[in-house]
Amino acid sequence: MKDAASTADAGVLTEWLVKVGRDRDRQCFAALFQHYAPRLKTYLRKLGCDDALAEDVVQEAMLAVWRKAESFDPSKAAASTWIFTVARNLRVDRLRRETRIEFDPDDPLLVQDEPAGADDQLARRQSDDQLRQALHDLPGDQATVVEMSFYQECPHTEIADRLGIPLGTVKSRLRLAMSRLRSALGDDVR
Amino acid sequence: MSARFHPTDDLLLAYAAGSLDQAMSLLVASHLTLCPRCRAEVSRAEALGGALLDEQPPSGSLDHLLDALLCRLDDPEPIVTRPAPIARPGSILPRPLQQAVGGDLDGLRWKRLGQGLEQALVLQSGRSRARLYRIAPGLRIPEHGHDGTELTLVLQGGFSDVNGHYLPGDIATADEDVVHRPTADETVPCICLAVTDAPLRLTGLVGRLVSPFLNL
Repeated sequence: MKDAASTADAGVLTEWLVKVGRDRDRQCFAALFQHYAPRLKTYLRKLGCDDALAEDVVQEAMLAVWRKAESFDPSKAAASTWIFTVARNLRVDRLRRETRIEFDPDDPLLVQDEPAGADDQLARRQSDDQLRQALHDLPGDQATVVEMSFYQECPHTEIADRLGIPLGTVKSRLRLAMSRLRSALGDDVR
Repeated sequence: MSARFHPTDDLLLAYAAGSLDQAMSLLVASHLTLCPRCRAEVSRAEALGGALLDEQPPSGSLDHLLDALLCRLDDPEPIVTRPAPIARPGSILPRPLQQAVGGDLDGLRWKRLGQGLEQALVLQSGRSRARLYRIAPGLRIPEHGHDGTELTLVLQGGFSDVNGHYLPGDIATADEDVVHRPTADETVPCICLAVTDAPLRLTGLVGRLVSPFLNL
């Protein structure tokens, strides 16, 4: 299982996370840990955590994954997406000592989606594969600003500084990247 | 009714990445409550975050942490003391905003800025400020420009400026290049959440006169 963890594909990872939530499966949890913990550590190191803090936050994030796995819905997100959001929220709470502010899906003011297409896991996985492909197909300068957006604490001004380009250029590259991704997913109607 | 004016892609991406400060996050989360289109955009950006996570080069093995963690899995969960969601039937404030103000509009300390214009500070983080404004029907705000970015989310009523007519759920974006003179709709008082990342710069004659008193 250890070897599987380092080369696991998205479908397998999602299956493991479902089993952790549904069956409290420790073996699947260990496999998820072996795949995600070293990647989460890289993510946190890039955001400026030192080694010890990064490992500390990784452990807390993986513990949160165990505790919250029941709420994971594979028709809504891939395992990687869900684990990314768990780690992101924990990072905001721990490193900035702030509470991540999110909308409440049960808010009586929530404006509902118009009934969209089937909300099934297969469709979600196909669009996820398309998204990954589209991400790889982005022109280099756009891919760079997208990646840096997720790996800088103060993204847009800092990206501009690091790349030596104006802030407006960072924003317009991000806009171009997002609109390319939208059209790659056939979702540029709105 | 769906919003027609949305935050820019780079703002939604920064929200998904977890790099916005609290004031901006509050504005985006409040807009997301009212805007399914942007909820879908943020979900897509989070999927990007997930895809990028999978592609990170793994650090060295962390198996030495795994055994200790496996022993902790059955520990009781710490009790999180988050403020319980305040159920206020009929409130015009989305939940994130209710939590930030700790109640509803009546519990805020409103400061009168002038005839028909009131302001209440909701929170500040770094240089950013989130404020609620209550604007009398039909009122014209003094002409002003912006040193940074000002984003305004309409919660009730509406207002117009050179760029458009904004209704509940809409976000008006003003930056260094925008000098505007918003006018509230005639129907009901306009209530909106405005977030600035730098002080406003009042430009017109009236603006220069009132500016020292506005604490903008």
